Amino acid sequence: MTDWEQEHVERKVQPAPDRYRNALGKYKIDRLAACAGCGRCAQVCKYGVHIKPKGYTFTLRPQDQYCVGPECAECGESCINQCPNHALVMRRNPSVDCMGDPRWSSDLILATWHMAATGHVPPDHLEYRRGESSGGFDRLVFSFETEDDDAAATPTPAAHDVDLSLDLNRRGDGRPQVHIDGPVYGGGMSFGSVSIHTILAKARAAAAWNTFTCTGEGGYHDRLRPYDDHVITQVATGLFGVREETVQRVRIVEFKYAQGAKPGLGGHLLGDKNTPPVARMREAVAGNALFSPFPFHSVYSVEDHKKHVDWIKEMNPDCLVSVKVSTPTDVDMVAVGSFYAGAHIVHLDGSYGGTGAAPDIAKKNIAMPIEYAIPKVHKFLVAEGIRDQITLIASGGIRTAWDALKAIALGADGVVIGTAEMIALGCVRCACCESGRGCPRGIATTDPELMQQMSLEWATQRLINLQNAWREQMVEVLARLGMSSIRELRGRHDLLCYIDIDADADAGEPAAVAVEAAP
Amino acid sequence: MPERYHVHVVPTTPRFHRVGKYGNVDWREDCSRCSNCVKLRCLYNVYRSEAAYNRDPDAPVVTLDECKACLSCVQGCTKGLLSVSINPGYLDMGDEYWKSDILLTTWNQADSGKIPVSGAGYRGKFYGYGFDSIWTDMSEIVRPTRDGIHGREYISTSVDIGPKPMRLRFAADGALLTPSSSIIEIPLPVILDVPAWPVECPQLAEARVMAAQRLGTLAVVPVEECAELDAALLPSVAPLFGEAAGAGDLDGAGALLDAVPMVQFSDGPLVAEAARKVSQDHPSVVVAVRTLLTPASAGRIVELAKAGARVFEVCADQHGRERLDDGRPGRHIKDALRSIHGRLVDAGIRDEVTIIVSGGVALAEHMAKAIICGADAVALDTPPLIALGCRVCRDKSRCCSPNACPCDIAEVEPGYAAQRIVNLMGAWHSQLLEVLGAMGIREARRLRGETGRAIFMEDIEKEAFGDLCRVSEEQVRS
Repeated sequence: MTDWEQEHVERKVQPAPDRYRNALGKYKIDRLAACAGCGRCAQVCKYGVHIKPKGYTFTLRPQDQYCVGPECAECGESCINQCPNHALVMRRNPSVDCMGDPRWSSDLILATWHMAATGHVPPDHLEYRRGESSGGFDRLVFSFETEDDDAAATPTPAAHDVDLSLDLNRRGDGRPQVHIDGPVYGGGMSFGSVSIHTILAKARAAAAWNTFTCTGEGGYHDRLRPYDDHVITQVATGLFGVREETVQRVRIVEFKYAQGAKPGLGGHLLGDKNTPPVARMREAVAGNALFSPFPFHSVYSVEDHKKHVDWIKEMNPDCLVSVKVSTPTDVDMVAVGSFYAGAHIVHLDGSYGGTGAAPDIAKKNIAMPIEYAIPKVHKFLVAEGIRDQITLIASGGIRTAWDALKAIALGADGVVIGTAEMIALGCVRCACCESGRGCPRGIATTDPELMQQMSLEWATQRLINLQNAWREQMVEVLARLGMSSIRELRGRHDLLCYIDIDADADAGEPAAVAVEAAP
Repeated sequence: MPERYHVHVVPTTPRFHRVGKYGNVDWREDCSRCSNCVKLRCLYNVYRSEAAYNRDPDAPVVTLDECKACLSCVQGCTKGLLSVSINPGYLDMGDEYWKSDILLTTWNQADSGKIPVSGAGYRGKFYGYGFDSIWTDMSEIVRPTRDGIHGREYISTSVDIGPKPMRLRFAADGALLTPSSSIIEIPLPVILDVPAWPVECPQLAEARVMAAQRLGTLAVVPVEECAELDAALLPSVAPLFGEAAGAGDLDGAGALLDAVPMVQFSDGPLVAEAARKVSQDHPSVVVAVRTLLTPASAGRIVELAKAGARVFEVCADQHGRERLDDGRPGRHIKDALRSIHGRLVDAGIRDEVTIIVSGGVALAEHMAKAIICGADAVALDTPPLIALGCRVCRDKSRCCSPNACPCDIAEVEPGYAAQRIVNLMGAWHSQLLEVLGAMGIREARRLRGETGRAIFMEDIEKEAFGDLCRVSEEQVRS
C-alpha cells in the first residue's frame, strides 16, 4: 500500500472548450461580403452560432462548431433564410472529412469532443453511439433502439437509483476488495508513448471518479505518486522501470502478455520518442528504438504463468492481479488458465485497439476483434462454472458509452478505454503518434515544446467531463432497461439485436474488371 | 541452421511526386497578414515546401503531398481561413480492389524497404471483401520469440517449388528407380509474374529478372522476351510458353531450357506432351502448368497431377477471383484455394505438388493469407508495377503506352526499377515475419493450409452473434 499522501481531485463537471482558436464543427457557415452587420442572425440562432456583442458594428465570426446543420438551415427561421442580404451559406466542413475513419467516424470524434467540453450527452446532429465500420459494435443495437420494441412496458427506475459500480475482487481469497464507481477504467499508456500531461490527466480523472488508470510498460513516474491508489502498474515483457517498490505501492498489478493492436509482437517505441527523460525512466539509452520482447521469456506454460502471478502476490500481499492478453483463437482457454493461475481480473485486449506505434499489418490482421472474443470467453467461463469468480474486462475498440454497454451485454464485467480518452484530449486520429516529434497536437508526444500545447488542468477537466457524459448515457440505458445496476446487464445478449445488411454490398465486392489480359 | 535470408533494401527516391491524400485549401482573401502565421509552425513543413518553388523554380512542388491532416493549422489560424480536404485525385486512383491506400503504402514500401509502422489503432472497416475477412491467429506464450524477428531465433520464409516425391523406390538390386528431380527453394514465397495487362516497357522484364535475382527467386518472362536477357540473368528466369506451344516449339529453345531452372506452360491440350518432352530432355528443369482459376480448377489440377504434372500456377483475375464461363467473376481466391487444397488433400497428393497463385495479391498480408488458404507461394503481377509508380489506371484510359503513362514506366532504368521491387519485397518479408512470429510458426512451409490458425469471418460471426435477434437497418430508430 502506498505511504504517499494522496491528492483529492474534485468530481466537478465544468466547461472545458476546445483548446484551439477555431473549434471544428460538422458544418461550416460562410459569411459573405454582402453582410451588413444587421445582427438578425444573432437574434434567430438558438444554438449560439452568431454573436453580435453590444456596440459592435459587425457580428463575430460564426461559431460554426455549434451549428446543427441542414435540418435547421432548411427551416424558415434559420439564419440562412432570415438573412436580409442572403449573406450566409452553410456547407459541410471539408476539414471534418479529413478527420477520423470508419471505426472512429468524424461524428464520433466531434461527439466525444462535445462530451469532453461539456460533460453531457452530445446533440442529435452528431451520431455518438455507433461508428461506420459496418461490423462489430456498429452492427449491434439494443432491442429498445428498434421499432419492434415496446419499451414503455418496462418499469423505469429513477436515474439516481442506478448503480454503475463494480467490485473487482471476486475470488474471495482474503485479499482486499477493490471497488470502482463505474465499469470503466483507463488503459496502459507508457511514459514515452504519451506525454506526462496526458498520463497525469488520466490519473487525476481516475482519482476524481474513483477508478483506475494504468502506467503502461514505460515505468512508474514519480509525479504519479499522489494518485497511487488509482494507478495500476504494468509488468510487461520488457520490464521497463519495474521495481519491487513500484509493485508494492499499488492496489492492482497488471501483467501484459500481449497488446491488441500488435498481438504477438511486443511493445515498440521508436527511437525518435525515446528522449532522455524517457530513457532514464526505462533505464535505457536515449535515441534507441525500444522493443519489448514477445512473449515473456520466463513463461512458456500456464504453470510458468502461475509462478509469475505468485511472484507478484508474494511481493505485494494486498494487491489484485490483472492479466492482459490479446485475442487468439484459443482466448477462452487463456482466460481459464489465468483464472486457475490465480488472477483476479482477465483483461482481453481486442485486435482493433489503439497503440502508439505498431506495424500496420498487425493492427489489421492479427487476432480477433474484441466483439468476437467477449462472448467466446464469457460463455466458456460460464460453462466452466467459474464466471462469478473472475472479473472480465474488455478493451480494444471501446469508443463510446454504448460500446461499453454492448461489451457488458455480451459478457464483460467492465471495460478499459484508451483511444476515447485521447480523442477527448483533442486527437483527430491522424495516426502520426509513432515517429519524429510525435503527436502534432501534443498528446502522444515527448517533445518538450509540443506537449506544452495542453495544460494539465484542461486535460484533467476534459477527462472528468467525458466520464460524466458516459455515465449519464449508461444510467439512461440501464433505466430504460429497467435495471438498477450495471451488474445486471452482464451477459444479457438477449437484449441485443444484430443489424442485417445486404451481405454483398456490405463486403464491398468489386464489380467485374473491364480489362482482362490472358495469363 | 540455414543461412539467414536477408533482403538488401536501399532507400530509393520515387521518380515522381506522389498523389497525396490531403490537400491544404487556403483562402487567401481576408487574410490579416498577422505575423504569427500557423503555416510557419506546421510540424511537417508542408506550407514551406509548397512555397519553395516561389524562390527556386527548380524546387519540387509538393502540394497535396505531405499533409497528414492533423488539422493544427485549420484550428490555429487567426481568422479561421484555412481548410483541409481530401484530394479528389487521390480517391480517383486505382479501383475498388486496388484501393488508393494500397497504392500509397506500396509506394512507401518501395521507397524505404521498411515495414509500415504507424500510431493509433486499426482505421478501416470491420471486415471486408476477400482477404479482409480473415484474421490470423497469435499465441500468447510460444516460440519463436519476438527476438527471432530481430535475429536470435530464425524464422524461415523459404518454400519449395518442384516435384516432391513422398518416397523413393528401389529395384531389387538397390538401384534407385525414382527419377531424380530438382526442387527450387526460393527464400521468399513469392515469384514475380508477368503484368496482368499489357505494359509497353521493353526493359520491364529485365528489371523484374534483376529483382528476382537479388531476391533469390524467379521471374516469369514470356519466352519471346527471353532472348533479350543477359545470359547471367537466366538462372532467375522462368520462361512462359503460350498454350499453343507444342513439343515441336521446344526444339529451338534448347539452349534457353539448359539455362533456366523452371519453365511454365499455359494450360491447353498440348501441355502434357510439352511437359513430358522438357522433363525428358532437360531433367533439371521444373515444369509448371499455368492455368486460369475457374470453379473447375481443382478438378483440372488433380487430373494433370495424375498425369504427372507437379507444379501449378493458378491465375485469378485482377481482383483475385475465379473466372466463370460466362465471363462473370466467381469466388475469391481465399475460397477457391481452400477447395483446391482440400481436393488435393483428399486425393492424397497435396504434399507432392506445388500451388502458386496469382492475381489479387496486393499486400503482404494477402501473401500470408493466401498461403494459409492453401497456396505454397504467390506470384505477383501488379505490385511490382505499383512499386515503379503505377496507379493501376489501366482501364480508365490508354495509359499503358509510352507518352501516356503518368509515371512514365516505359523510361524506367532497369537497375533502379529492380531496387524498388527489391525494397517492396524486403518490406513484405518483414511483414511475413511479423505474422509468422505472432503465430509462433517458424517457417513459411508450415503455414500452408493452416486454416486452424486463422479466424474466418463467416465462422466467428456465427459463433459470436449467431444467437442474436436480427433486425434490418430500417428498423433501427435513428
